[in-house]
Amino acid sequence: MKPALAFAAGLIANTSLALADEKPVLTVYAGDYIVSEWGPGPRIEEMFEAQCDCDLQFKPGDLLPRILLEGAQTNADIVFGLNTDVTKKARESGLFAPHGQNLSALTLPIDWQDEIFLPFNYGHTAFVYDETRVEEVPESFDALLDAPDDLKIVIQDPRASVSGLALVLWVKAVYGDEAEAAWEKLAPKILTVTKGWSESYGLFTDGEADMVLSYTTSPAYHIIAEEDRTKKAAIFPEGHYFMVELSAKVAGTDVPELADQFLEFQLSEDFQTMIATGNWSFPAALPQEKWPEGFKELALPEKALFYTEDEAAALRAEAVEEWRRALSR
Amino acid sequence: MAARVVAIIAGLSVAGLVIGPVIAVLLRAETFSGFGPADWQALRFTLVQALLSAALSVLFAIPLARALARRRFVGRGLLVALLGAPFILPVIVAVLGLLAVFGQSGLLNRVLSPLGAPQLQIYGLQGVLVAHVFFNLPLATRLFLQGWLAVPGEQFRLAASLGMGPRAMWRAIEWPLLKRIAPGAFAVIFVICLSSFAVALTLGGGPRATTLELAIYQSVRFDFDLGRAAALGLVQLALALAAGLVALRVASVPVAARGLDRMVPRWDGQGKGARMLDGVWIVVAAVFLLIPLAMVVLNGASGILTLGGSVWVSAAHSLAVALGSTVLCLAWALPLTTRWGEWLGLSGIALSPLVLGIGLFLIVRPFTNPFELALYVTATVNAFVSLPFVLRILRPEAEAIRADYGRLGGALGLSDWAWLRWVLLPRLKRPLGFAAGLTAALSMGDLGVIALFADPDRATLPLKIYQLMGAYRMEQAAGGALLLLLLSLSLFWAFDRGGRVGA
Amino acid sequence: MLELDAIEARSGSFTLTADFGIEAGARVAIIGASGSGKSTLLDVIAGFLKPRSGHVLWKDADLTDLAPARRPVSVLFQDTNLFPHLTIERNLALALNPRSGTLRKGDAARIEDALARVGLAGFAPRRPSEMSGGQQSRAALARVLLQDRPVLLLDEPFAALGPALKVDMLDMVAKVADAEALTVLLVTHDPADARRFADQTLLVENGIVGTPQPTQALLDDPPESLRTYLG
Repeated sequence: MKPALAFAAGLIANTSLALADEKPVLTVYAGDYIVSEWGPGPRIEEMFEAQCDCDLQFKPGDLLPRILLEGAQTNADIVFGLNTDVTKKARESGLFAPHGQNLSALTLPIDWQDEIFLPFNYGHTAFVYDETRVEEVPESFDALLDAPDDLKIVIQDPRASVSGLALVLWVKAVYGDEAEAAWEKLAPKILTVTKGWSESYGLFTDGEADMVLSYTTSPAYHIIAEEDRTKKAAIFPEGHYFMVELSAKVAGTDVPELADQFLEFQLSEDFQTMIATGNWSFPAALPQEKWPEGFKELALPEKALFYTEDEAAALRAEAVEEWRRALSR
Repeated sequence: MAARVVAIIAGLSVAGLVIGPVIAVLLRAETFSGFGPADWQALRFTLVQALLSAALSVLFAIPLARALARRRFVGRGLLVALLGAPFILPVIVAVLGLLAVFGQSGLLNRVLSPLGAPQLQIYGLQGVLVAHVFFNLPLATRLFLQGWLAVPGEQFRLAASLGMGPRAMWRAIEWPLLKRIAPGAFAVIFVICLSSFAVALTLGGGPRATTLELAIYQSVRFDFDLGRAAALGLVQLALALAAGLVALRVASVPVAARGLDRMVPRWDGQGKGARMLDGVWIVVAAVFLLIPLAMVVLNGASGILTLGGSVWVSAAHSLAVALGSTVLCLAWALPLTTRWGEWLGLSGIALSPLVLGIGLFLIVRPFTNPFELALYVTATVNAFVSLPFVLRILRPEAEAIRADYGRLGGALGLSDWAWLRWVLLPRLKRPLGFAAGLTAALSMGDLGVIALFADPDRATLPLKIYQLMGAYRMEQAAGGALLLLLLSLSLFWAFDRGGRVGA
Repeated sequence: MLELDAIEARSGSFTLTADFGIEAGARVAIIGASGSGKSTLLDVIAGFLKPRSGHVLWKDADLTDLAPARRPVSVLFQDTNLFPHLTIERNLALALNPRSGTLRKGDAARIEDALARVGLAGFAPRRPSEMSGGQQSRAALARVLLQDRPVLLLDEPFAALGPALKVDMLDMVAKVADAEALTVLLVTHDPADARRFADQTLLVENGIVGTPQPTQALLDDPPESLRTYLG
């Protein structure tokens, strides 16, 4: 029975720690990948606490389900890391307040005028490949559809993954009414569909698939962290689907000034310089010449495709169903 | 009387953990959308793959367990212990291990393609079945093996002295054994495969392999349609409990079979053919189950050395949770080792973990901050989820003990405590060790109740592995997976050692 | 006096009726064909089977609703009289302290004493599997001694022993029963056992229990049915 006692004692010791700090607390709900020690969370916490005389506490978890479940009683002051696929639901909940930030500093490839959701970084959907393994890289989406069937790609499920949904919208944006036909052409090349990005990327790095649905920014990790320049994103002239990560201020926050200060900090050059390598994404408000070295090397799409949340909401069910039908055949 | 009260409390707490969350979710639901054609397709696929997975796992386990029960060879104990490993691996790790063997560029294809063989295609229903058999064959095998070990030596002696051939052995010993164990094993595996999601999707190769659990996930994550999530969850629960009912009706009640705790020498199956057959089964199963594990080890070997201190700390958290879950689960299971208790316990894996997580969150939230309860909830849920396996392992033996010694205990007037302390626990030692090992290892590998109960400061090892993967650090993630495998196996082995004495 | 008053008991589709009394201190054999209801009768007296109607009385106290352990009855079963995983000492300790199962002060001496009385001095640390069948039977008898209950039921307990050993055991039971003034009911299918052990015999036929009769007279001039059984 001893392990049980030790276990219980450990739990009791854990819960008593939180009481010590007297400073005002800014509670930030963020995705697990943000809060993780390998994500940007620890650096954000350090940098912001250096300027706010407060205690920034990240709480990891499923952002939107959680905040919707908690409703107005939520402890969150900031929600950090929302994607455009959920902003409509989030906005309709009425739980968020306008950010009040000046958006002129944004350097996004699209015009962003949202008064609730504030971007901090972005990327585009892209198929990433290893140039030592793929000889004939498709130069366009059309070329990808026409590529031989032994070119194996792995994608994420649009019903379970944000990037998977972005892919479906990407195909819809490029092919419109022909989307289902495009999926049918792509189907034999799709090795499999995974629940999330990590599973797909794992299959790709294990050599199981030739190309993986990921982001235009993925090669930056390999360049900067591993000095590996063989991983590339295939850039298509048809354009790439724009994916942005957003934060928002909770309307019921009890520390509104701190929350505002955080949002301001989010657009600051310090934060923006850090987030590139912190979250392996393009900074949302930083001119290209100030990007970290590895990022400047990245091939950038000429065209960013994007649906507003209303457009995306209207298209989603149909687009996912086309995907499902085509791949179920 | 006290035992009855304890059993009722244990049963009610199981029922409460199922019904409570479902009601909480339903109450909170605002929308109720009906079933579309895609849902019916998902339901059909879910059923088909679960039925086939369970049938194949049980089918293959029968000859394998028989072979392991009647052969003695060097490394047999180690093999029996390692056979438990696939069952306790985190899903993603196991899938990558499987694909390293059966995948597009896996070992098998690399060996076969120079020989001019056609490319082996794992993705599809076949892939789902391979994976589910990989996960569950070991469990089924152990359940049968345990049954074999519970056959009194007197029966083998009788069989030997009568000169019973394989046919007679089958009718006298093996068939009754199967009737007793197979339905329950089938039910447990069927139910666990019902809620398969990531494995079914990845190896199923796409949306054809959509399961109900994925639909639930979608309802929660994207649509925030709690009514639909709860409705789908109830369908899944109903399927599972129906399967449980059928299994319990079909399964024969164990007959009282008293032995004298002596080691059981075997005289049957000594013919050349039988030995060959057993050998083939053991070798094939070992190759099928162990090579993917070896790939996990190989992939992780370089990464494990580069793991930072935090990963080791998270491993300690996982260990603490695993031990807590184990104690809780066994205490929970003992009073439920009855027919209805096992049926009720099935709901531990029958209820969608997502619905369970949200329901618990809704229940806990008005009273306290769920973050602070994260580890308790994780430990409780791990224990809850392990209940069906533990009950399946314990119940046959517990009932046999009651049948064999209940009258003696009654005549002596043993108190519930004395019965537990001096009769039930000591006689259950073997299955208890196995059950504890399984629970501990399962808890190590389990991600807990989705991200709603993540503890910001006390991540568990599986969570760290996912974090590493999410941060592109695939090599370190593989190292973490290896660490997890080693720890889970050590725990399993340590607890199960008692169980394998004489196995 | 042990009385079975208008008992009707059912086990599955089998019905047993009994209505008789036995003087305290008597030794009674229960004899009858296989399946006639001998063991069912013991189950009713021991409390493992609750009769549908009628009463079991001991010295005018009604036992019918008491649990087996609350009855003034100890039982030697056909087999499973000892827990195989426990030492003899532990097995006997369970009879002394059925609530905790632990050994209290003085218990070890009482156990050793009981073992000595059945000729098993020094056997306390052994497990049943380390003993012969006869020794196991004697250990079980030692347990009965420690239980110290006035009624002893024996359900063919020595059937598996050799003839000589069985005779020894019956004599030992008789000796113990005399010393402790026990009322003993012995189920047997061997008329020689009945003659040797019991002054009185109960005949059980097709679920109907007769009344006690002198063993000698019954066996010397058996009724038709018993004659067929005895062959």
